[in-house]
Amino acid sequence: MANQYKQIVREGVWDNNVVFSQMLALCPLLAVTGTATNGLGMGIATTAVLMASNFIVSVSRGMITPEVRIPVFVLLIASIVTLVDMFMNAYLHELYKVLGLFIPLIVTNCAILGRAESFAFRQPMPASVLDGLMMGVGFTLALVILGATREVLGSGTLFANASLMFGEVFSIIEFTIIPDYSGFLLMILPPGAFIALGFILAGKRVIDAKTVKNETNELPVLDNDIAIDTAK
Amino acid sequence: MYGRGVVNPSFRQRTAYHAMLLGGMAMITSALIVIGNKQTYADIELRHAEDMKRSLSQVIHPDMYTNNLLDDVIQLSIGNETKNVYVARSGDKVVAVAFEMVSEGYAGPITVMIGINRKGELLGARVLSHAETPGLGDKIEAEKSNWIFSFGGLSLSSPGESQWKVKKDGGYFDQFTGATITPRAVIKAIKTGLEIFKINQSVLLAETQPQTPEIIDTPGTQKATPNTKATPDINAVPNATGTSPGEPQSGTEKSVTDGGKTSG
Repeated sequence: MANQYKQIVREGVWDNNVVFSQMLALCPLLAVTGTATNGLGMGIATTAVLMASNFIVSVSRGMITPEVRIPVFVLLIASIVTLVDMFMNAYLHELYKVLGLFIPLIVTNCAILGRAESFAFRQPMPASVLDGLMMGVGFTLALVILGATREVLGSGTLFANASLMFGEVFSIIEFTIIPDYSGFLLMILPPGAFIALGFILAGKRVIDAKTVKNETNELPVLDNDIAIDTAK
Repeated sequence: MYGRGVVNPSFRQRTAYHAMLLGGMAMITSALIVIGNKQTYADIELRHAEDMKRSLSQVIHPDMYTNNLLDDVIQLSIGNETKNVYVARSGDKVVAVAFEMVSEGYAGPITVMIGINRKGELLGARVLSHAETPGLGDKIEAEKSNWIFSFGGLSLSSPGESQWKVKKDGGYFDQFTGATITPRAVIKAIKTGLEIFKINQSVLLAETQPQTPEIIDTPGTQKATPNTKATPDINAVPNATGTSPGEPQSGTEKSVTDGGKTSG
């Protein structure tokens, strides 16, 4: 059991990361990552939706028949997103104004329907919620890494305006990395997102290749059947 | 897939079950959204009011008026759309108006909030929303550049109606390197705003009944004298020139404010 949870964490954050491995949810990823703060906000909102949708799908999976599962999932996800949208508008208004259109567009984030379909519909509730959380954390990680890269290169700051969006406490994570920086416009514009994402994906491949080499040297036999299941 | 029917009761296989399931889900989720909406509606309205108040306070200094701008709205119909004009009053005299103007920029509409005093002079202008190129067109934002402050104190007669253009077009205003369309759009929005004010001046500046009946009870001296003095001073543009509203009448203004507040 503990092994399974460990596996879920590992899958969500790294091995089967929504962005770096599944290549899903690229639209919000590329659009909102002008700053690390925006990425963090979008990541948290998406994580909330993922957890809630995985929870509801998993709990009601005995009731939902395979024939109508997709419309039911879409209905559930759309409702959750609408609720998140309203609550963010009311209580995290500054963040809402920045993310704006991309909050309702979480509906179209294929990662959420994908997790409902491929995981939550077949797994018990605790595992599904953990999967939602970890997939969300993985997505948030991708958003923050990409946002931070673009922000540092593009405007020389890191987590700018975090206090404005999340509350005064977060002013401690605001940094000016390069003072008196005139800015590198390309990184803030959409092409910068593609370029930075390309480098990050390449970097992930390099790290994976290295770890696979090390693992095969040390552990020739995998005794974990879950690992074999996922075609490791 | 239908093999499960052997294990599960057959009612799950019927079309009616599927329809009921979808319908039931739709009902439950709709109910949740209704509850969520009820829960957040007031807060969202509040946030929008706060946003509006913040943008209004950037173009009309809060010391200048005593009423609640958000409640004092005149609706002007221009063409086939109505424009909400926020009216700032000191006592029952209109000292300034503020409204939003929209014009088409380089990458979509640019919304500009402008404040105009009784004499048709700009108290200030601020860009509320735009989608211009970061680093080029976004110099119209007050946070990025002080270009937008250059409008303070201007009117249709100064710099003259034909001068409401960027320098490149032979006008008065600076353009930005690499972005001419953006400042052109902002200038057009502000100029059109001033023209709208000029045309509707009589309606906008008409002294209507004050909002709260209590203000009628304040002594006539407070209503009449400070306001005539206040008029020249409202030329001072908040944030732009650094001048604050004049000292002499600030005391009397405050007392009016207090009266307004206790009544409200």
